[in-house]
Amino acid sequence: MNEHHHIISYGKLTGIWLALLLLTALTVGITRVELGGFKVLAALSIACLKAGLVIAVFMHMKYEGRLLRWLLFLTLVTLAIFIGFTFFDVLYR
Amino acid sequence: MTTENIQSATQHSFWNDTGKTGISSWIFSTDHKRIGLLYFYSTFGFFLVGVLLGLLIRIELMAPGRTIMGAQTYNALFTVHGVVMIFLFIIPGFQGSFGNLVMPIQIGARDVSFPRLNLFSWWIYMIGAVIVLASLFTGGGPPDTGWTFYVPFSARTGTNVSLAVLGVFVIGFSSILTGLNFVTTIHRLRAEGMTWWRLPLFTWSLYATAWIQILATPILAITLVLVAAERMLGTGLFDPSRGGDPVMYQHLFWIYSHPAVYIMILPAMGVISDIVPVFSRKPIFGYKMIAFSSLAIAAAGSLVWGHHMYTSGMSDTAVLVFSFLTFIVAIPSAIKVFNWVTTLYKGSISLEAPMLFGLSFILLFSIGGLSGLILGAAATDVHVHDTHFVVGHFHYVMFGGTGFAFFAAMHYWLPKFYGRRYAEKPAVVSWALMFTGFNVLYFTMQVLGMQGMPRRYYDYLPEFATLNLVATAGSWILAAGLVIMLVNLFRGLWWGAPFEGNPWGGATLEWSIPTPPPTENFIVEPVVTHGPYDFKGSGIP
Repeated sequence: MNEHHHIISYGKLTGIWLALLLLTALTVGITRVELGGFKVLAALSIACLKAGLVIAVFMHMKYEGRLLRWLLFLTLVTLAIFIGFTFFDVLYR
Repeated sequence: MTTENIQSATQHSFWNDTGKTGISSWIFSTDHKRIGLLYFYSTFGFFLVGVLLGLLIRIELMAPGRTIMGAQTYNALFTVHGVVMIFLFIIPGFQGSFGNLVMPIQIGARDVSFPRLNLFSWWIYMIGAVIVLASLFTGGGPPDTGWTFYVPFSARTGTNVSLAVLGVFVIGFSSILTGLNFVTTIHRLRAEGMTWWRLPLFTWSLYATAWIQILATPILAITLVLVAAERMLGTGLFDPSRGGDPVMYQHLFWIYSHPAVYIMILPAMGVISDIVPVFSRKPIFGYKMIAFSSLAIAAAGSLVWGHHMYTSGMSDTAVLVFSFLTFIVAIPSAIKVFNWVTTLYKGSISLEAPMLFGLSFILLFSIGGLSGLILGAAATDVHVHDTHFVVGHFHYVMFGGTGFAFFAAMHYWLPKFYGRRYAEKPAVVSWALMFTGFNVLYFTMQVLGMQGMPRRYYDYLPEFATLNLVATAGSWILAAGLVIMLVNLFRGLWWGAPFEGNPWGGATLEWSIPTPPPTENFIVEPVVTHGPYDFKGSGIP
């Protein structure tokens, strides 16, 4: 793990914040477009992107060591598997 | 050892060298052995409560119609029996008691990584337990949903489901913290020379279990919060009339609760893997495969929850997938059974109480496991789903498996911590009674289920009367054996003959230290030079 405190510049933090706001606006925006079955997919993709930004920058994962990144990755994969397996039911009901 | 030596060993043991006295030397102790005993007595106390409730259920079912209680009481009784046994005994039981007592010693550590967190886990467990108990006497009375809290009934019933799920929610945190503590301890605190392939298999099984606790328990917590939200806020998450999905509840519940089955059984398998070689005087057969199979069971077992839901209206594709995966879990389970049996082959088997309980585990777990395949195959499951066959099956696995392994561990390890032992003959008699009673009770249940007797029903058709009477008689034989076992064991632990040195001839580290163990376990930090089942290497004849 990184011994030093990594200091992120105000400019970068503000940039990420603006990006998150923009993506939120986009989420609201696409509800007005007729996307059919892709509506949920689009909303979830934007949400994932936002979560990724928060984890990487605000939660400092971008500056952490490999072990912590792997642990987070494995946890997310586990969660994805649990959620994914329910689709064997939901998609084919 | 002379009497003085025993006395001086006892004086330096963890029993009497804390600064505190009385109850505070226990409930505020951070010594893993004291916490282990706290867990042991609290979880085992709840086990006895569960047994009592189970006996009452059997008396009610002894004959058709009302026997000793009304239908609502019966519903509450089987619910509370399940909640107490599952959440208050069998999930925290092994990790909390024998995990805490033995694991740090087995890896050559002075304590767990986070001793205070360890004590905190016990406190959380007790707070959760008190909340669960409070749910019985407050609000609308004891919950009557079954231990699975299925919606829509759990969202609508007027009984005190909210408080009960809060209690289980709190207990979940205790489980997660214990899991974290154990994973860290096993990674970081192994003694010099204690490589991964020299870890005793009990420790291996605790390691696999700890990962399930960490990864799966939060899902139960969330699920129970959703039930509470459904009851208090009317969120409609599980209500189809408002776009919700009741089957989603079952998914969420079993995503945790099926892996939880492995939280219950894996440490039991670990105990058996430690006991069988010691009492066969032979190194374990297939050490690495047993260790790997624990991990394989933990991983594959997390993906089979759908087999509880074949009749829920889940899609046929999901039934197919989950049925296939269920059969895959049978492979690592069978690896363990075959390896234990092969360890026995040409061994010098000594049939003392821990071994008798251990061998019964292998048989009863195999019966339970094979009846599990009948339930794992979708076609046969539809026939026996929600019948007494299921009740028989999981009691074979949970009681015949984990329960008997727990008794084996009690006879194998508790004398080590008390420095006194039980009498052998009554222990064997109690084992024989329990083994007989157990099979009379639960095999009969499986037959009843095959004949179509539903589970959780208050009343039944007259044609089931004879077998129900037989099952109830079995429960009394089982209870008689249990009483004899407890009286003999605890009388022995408190007043019995001294237990000194290494009478079982174990090669794991807990047998290399004084009895009872000193506060920080090892007088000199151990250096491990041989495997856990290398009897020759450790100089045991």
